[in-house]
Amino acid sequence: MTAMLETRGLRAFYGDFQALFGVDIAVAKGETVAIIGANGAGKTSLMRAISGILASEPGMIVYRDEPIGALAAPDVLARGIAMVPEGRRLFPSLSVEENLLIGAYRRNGEGPWTLESVYELFPILRERRNNPATALSGGQQQMVAIGRALMSNPDVLLCDEISLGLAPVVVRDIYAAFPRIRQTGASIVIVEQDIAQALKVATQVYCLMEGRVTLSGHPEALTREQIHQAYFGAPRHEHH
Amino acid sequence: MSIAIPSFKVETRSGTSSLAALAAFAGLALAIAAPLVVSRGVVQDLFFILTTLVLAQNWNLLAGYAGLISVGQQVFVGFGAYAMFGAVILAGLDPIAAILIAGALSALLAIPTAFFTFRLQGPYFAIGTWVVAEVVRLLLAQWKALGGGTGTSLPRDATRDMIGVDLIRDLFGMKAAAASDALTYWIALLLALATIGFIYRLLRSKQGLGLAAVRDNEQAARAVGVDARRMKALVYVATAFVTGVAGALIYVQKARISPDAAFSVTDWTAYVIFIVVIGGIGTIEGPIVGVVLFFLLQKLFADFGSWYLLVLGVIGILVMLFTPRGLWGLFSDRTGIQLFPVRRTLIGGPPAHTPKGGPNG
Amino acid sequence: MSIIDTIVQGVLLGGLYALFAAGLSLVFGIMRLVNLAHGDLIVLAAFLILLLSSALGLNPFFAALIAAPLMFVAGWALQYFVLNRTLGNDVLPPLLVTFGISTVLQNGLLEAFSADSRRVSIGALEGASTGLGPLNVGLMPLITFLSALTVIFGLNQLIYRTALGRAFRATSDDIVTAGLMGIRPQRIFAVATGLAMVVVTIAALYLGTRANFDPTSGPSRLIYAFEAVIIGGLGSLWGTLAGGVILGVAQTLGAAVNPEWQILAGHLAFLAVLVIKPRGLFPRAVD
Repeated sequence: MTAMLETRGLRAFYGDFQALFGVDIAVAKGETVAIIGANGAGKTSLMRAISGILASEPGMIVYRDEPIGALAAPDVLARGIAMVPEGRRLFPSLSVEENLLIGAYRRNGEGPWTLESVYELFPILRERRNNPATALSGGQQQMVAIGRALMSNPDVLLCDEISLGLAPVVVRDIYAAFPRIRQTGASIVIVEQDIAQALKVATQVYCLMEGRVTLSGHPEALTREQIHQAYFGAPRHEHH
Repeated sequence: MSIAIPSFKVETRSGTSSLAALAAFAGLALAIAAPLVVSRGVVQDLFFILTTLVLAQNWNLLAGYAGLISVGQQVFVGFGAYAMFGAVILAGLDPIAAILIAGALSALLAIPTAFFTFRLQGPYFAIGTWVVAEVVRLLLAQWKALGGGTGTSLPRDATRDMIGVDLIRDLFGMKAAAASDALTYWIALLLALATIGFIYRLLRSKQGLGLAAVRDNEQAARAVGVDARRMKALVYVATAFVTGVAGALIYVQKARISPDAAFSVTDWTAYVIFIVVIGGIGTIEGPIVGVVLFFLLQKLFADFGSWYLLVLGVIGILVMLFTPRGLWGLFSDRTGIQLFPVRRTLIGGPPAHTPKGGPNG
Repeated sequence: MSIIDTIVQGVLLGGLYALFAAGLSLVFGIMRLVNLAHGDLIVLAAFLILLLSSALGLNPFFAALIAAPLMFVAGWALQYFVLNRTLGNDVLPPLLVTFGISTVLQNGLLEAFSADSRRVSIGALEGASTGLGPLNVGLMPLITFLSALTVIFGLNQLIYRTALGRAFRATSDDIVTAGLMGIRPQRIFAVATGLAMVVVTIAALYLGTRANFDPTSGPSRLIYAFEAVIIGGLGSLWGTLAGGVILGVAQTLGAAVNPEWQILAGHLAFLAVLVIKPRGLFPRAVD
């Protein structure tokens, strides 16, 4: 499989603080990639860099053979990469339906996702369409955030910590939507702290630690010990 | 667990500032002697420069250090001037004594003013101060004893008989008008030095550190116990006092007042804002540089009427957009020179750790 | 009867103030920017209408129709090329830059048009009045007020019913996430200021036809606009209309007592509201 989206030696900074130290990941078409790692490992930085919120150098992120590392968020979206940001970040002044519609502000051509199909995916949202988005429960808000990203008909969907702070039963409901999303041919990149959940849905797993990839592979091929070591680090590791 | 505390020394002085102190003394001697050696016209120009500098330092303290952006400081100039006129004309006081009373009354006025304007945040505070200035102007324009809307003049003998004028006449053999100009000039000089000294000391004090903390991050400053509101209110009242004194002094020299002139937003606030912004906001040196530049521009372009203000506005916009720290900031960044060092630098301790990496590209 | 007459005059005057204020309110709501040159931009538009109607002999209403797109472009460019650079956490740069623009506009207009008072002539409409129940009201004040209602209704429709309005609100809520939706905040801000300048042109039409104006008339219009916005409460356009009406009524009541007290009475009403309800009468925004 050839990669549709790749990072090549991706470095990213918040001012003087370096968050990523040469990260290489590859996402093939239709694949579901999980990024795992402890707090502060650089998972969210990776997502922010790909989505264009965090600047990097052009060739560090390549999408369909085009260097996109230096593009701003709206230009990244225009190429078909949509993001469900950490903490959902719904627009409080907008109703549920308006939040979904704003996702289609710059549609990526014709595609499978419309208000109608998002409401089919998450029927509860249809009932609450006229409520202010922030009046919903955490799980429902997460559904709005996913639906909002889908409304742009993305080829790559980035999901940052979508299960954070939600009850297990709610997380299950949300992940139940993933097969439908995959059916449309979209690639999915999820950032998860819940390793079990990540291993269940992913076809490829990357583990990050301190801004570097410490492990990658198919979920079935990875052992508990390998993951544990990649996640928490080897007993001896240098401080710089 | 024990932590070794390296020996630090906190310094705000720098080498260049001692050298500058010497130069300052020489300059001061010259400034004091000025009325004895230069013409009356030059003394009046210097008076204008000094009083404008006082207004600029005050606005800079408000906006650059306390984060209170006021476009209504003309209220204290005008009110101070009117208070002085009232004390002289209605109460028969000596103008010099009236100047101090004007300052005190301006500080008093700042209390009800703050009561209204402190309810507004940021940009709204700015326009709020302007509204208050308009209200005070309209109210004073109703005061018929002081000429109402058309204004009035100080009695001729009031400025001639001021405390000290006779003494100056006798000592230096000046005419009454020149002696009165010399007197107001020396007061302006004293006021300018006292203002700069006060601000310098304030910024180097614990309160000054609190002020800087409030400006940089009000929430964080509050969290470490800085009472932001109180600090701002104190600065606001203090600048009202000094601005009121300056206003009264300016109008002792002008000797003629009207509400429109005394509360002019252009003369007492717009000019001052451009001076501070162009010179360098948030530094003591900036307003000094700005005033000198402003004066030179005014002399050069005096015949061009409103073109002058237009150019000033354009320069102000360009400076704000491209070198927001002003001309002094630009100079200071290049040379590292500070005449009034208020930034604290740590001396001693372990060698400074220079962060590696940093964004390349 | 005369007190009711005075109040009606005040309400109609409030329409003019609401027109002054609507653009200011719109821009603040979307990008938290207070434009100190707002009043001077109204005066600039009034001169533009004056120029178009006198030089080309156009009807002022038609002249405003031509001036509006020109002002839209001017506002768009002003925001995109200048004001966008000043936006951020620090309130100082936008204030000082717009204050500079105010100075530049005033003195530029002084050079171009001198300090003389001007007025845009509207012929027979000028003194025309109409019966409104038992009252006799001026036709132009009535048209002004109806225009204010229309403008505010229209802006509300735009903000709450269109894709552009959704983008306005989303950008106002969260500029980073708006970028993830493909919204370019810089352009959204430019469009918002352009739109505000269209409203400014409408306000200028009535400023210029109803009263004398000169290059230094801007700052007091800014102050009225600001007072209307604060009285009404930030972020609510209908609140802004109510604020304008309260200001107008206070002014006409003050003037009825003593003509010199007109402006003062308006300011005092504003200060009173500030004390009683610091967040305005109909606050919506969470600032």
